Amino acid sequence: MSTVTSYLKSLTLWELVKGLRLTGGYLFDRKVTVQYPEEKTPQSPRFRGLHALRRYPNGEERCIACKLCEAVCPALAITIESEPRDDGTRRTTRYDIDLSKCIFCGFCEESCPVDSIVETRHFEYHGEKRGDLLMTKAKLLANGDRFEAQIAADRAAESRYR
Amino acid sequence: MNIVPMLEAQLGFLPDPVVTTLIIVLKILCIVIPIMGCVAYLTFAERKIIGYIQVRIGPNRVGPRGWLQPIADALKLLTKEVVIPSGANRFLFLLAPILALGPALAAWAVIPFGSEMVLADINAGLLYILALTSLGVYGIIVAGWASNSKYAFLGAMRSAAQIVSYEIAMGFALVGVLVAAGSLNLGEIVEAQRGGMSIFSWFWLPLLPLFVIYFISGVAETNRAPFDVSEGESEIVAGFHVEYAGMAFALFFLAEYANMILISGLSAVLFLGGWLSPLPFLSGIPVVGLLFVDGIHWFVFKTLIFLFFFLWFRATFPRYRYDQIMRLGWKVFLPITIVWIVVVSAMVVWQVPPWFDGA
Repeated sequence: MSTVTSYLKSLTLWELVKGLRLTGGYLFDRKVTVQYPEEKTPQSPRFRGLHALRRYPNGEERCIACKLCEAVCPALAITIESEPRDDGTRRTTRYDIDLSKCIFCGFCEESCPVDSIVETRHFEYHGEKRGDLLMTKAKLLANGDRFEAQIAADRAAESRYR
Repeated sequence: MNIVPMLEAQLGFLPDPVVTTLIIVLKILCIVIPIMGCVAYLTFAERKIIGYIQVRIGPNRVGPRGWLQPIADALKLLTKEVVIPSGANRFLFLLAPILALGPALAAWAVIPFGSEMVLADINAGLLYILALTSLGVYGIIVAGWASNSKYAFLGAMRSAAQIVSYEIAMGFALVGVLVAAGSLNLGEIVEAQRGGMSIFSWFWLPLLPLFVIYFISGVAETNRAPFDVSEGESEIVAGFHVEYAGMAFALFFLAEYANMILISGLSAVLFLGGWLSPLPFLSGIPVVGLLFVDGIHWFVFKTLIFLFFFLWFRATFPRYRYDQIMRLGWKVFLPITIVWIVVVSAMVVWQVPPWFDGA
């Protein structure tokens, strides 16, 4: 570009007017805001939200205390203790997930050989006390019972890819 | 304004100086309170307009469509604690916000809202404006120094250098206006723009370069984007007001927005013919014609246009680099204004029609 035209361009603020025209156009554009509590974005069946421990249909808990999730957890959020139960099976006596450490990577879910620990689609929860975000085995099993229908449906929908 | 003699008659039992003072105070309140309201809703308009430009909705939760948002903001700021840093100079730290806000409001004394609607119809109006708009920088410098914080100090230094530089370009732009109008009185400057061609006889056309430079310098004077290096969130946190909280911070906020409105109002008065109607020949039409009579509504409308530009600029342009700001002020604006003052002076001397033929 010759010097003259470049001078003319900067004196007439040409580039600035172009910029203003662009942003001015967006002023009248359709707004993309999702007004959250009333409107929600679509969720994937693979959504990684609050954790849950599942049971078999007969009520037996799935977890066999293999501790793969504890080993794979990059945030060291999972703590497991286990003992043999009276019938000889190995079961967890303690299964804690500290949600304030958890990064919701989903590795625990990936590593689980029996589909016991899963992440549900539920993400609208909060804690009012310190302990509220420390998920104990009882709380996790309760979550599993509460969301089982959704969890099973999501696993079925995704079964082709697993 | 025939309320004033009525009031004077009502207050006849008081001694004369008291009546005069009371009436002046009332007039001041009539100006300051609407300006404060405008400032509050300008912050709302800013958030809404910038939101819209960024394809968002903007605040819409407090009250219908978010209209009560500025009131909620004010309440929040009022109830917050004013934290004074332990190393700060207590007196200056609290004085600085007042120093920033005072001139921004005091300058409104000479702004003519309509042909008779001006608080102080003084002949040196333009000089008064120039003096007060440059006084505002003291608030910023004192705030930066008294905070005893390096970010605040850096922000204050940048702001001082920037305002001093742009003050010169702005001053020269105003010199062009006063040469063209032949008066420093803002009311007479507006009257000088009255002409047969309505919108084309206003000063924006013969003084186009000065008009553009005046407005850009005004953006720089108010430390608004893209000249907001004195705040520069990404570089020096919040600049000069980084240590301020609560109402002290709110005063800086008020000052910045009051200054924006002031610069917009001034641009309207100096270059767009203030209260003059752009379509005076339409005033013959019944009912609708009332809109096209000269009056305060045209001043407000023109001010709003400039305010929209302030917000539009902020949503569009990235922040200038500091040395580029200095280059723009000294090497571009200053020469252009000086050249155009010569051109304007020549036009006035040779009475170039259609603007300066004395008709």
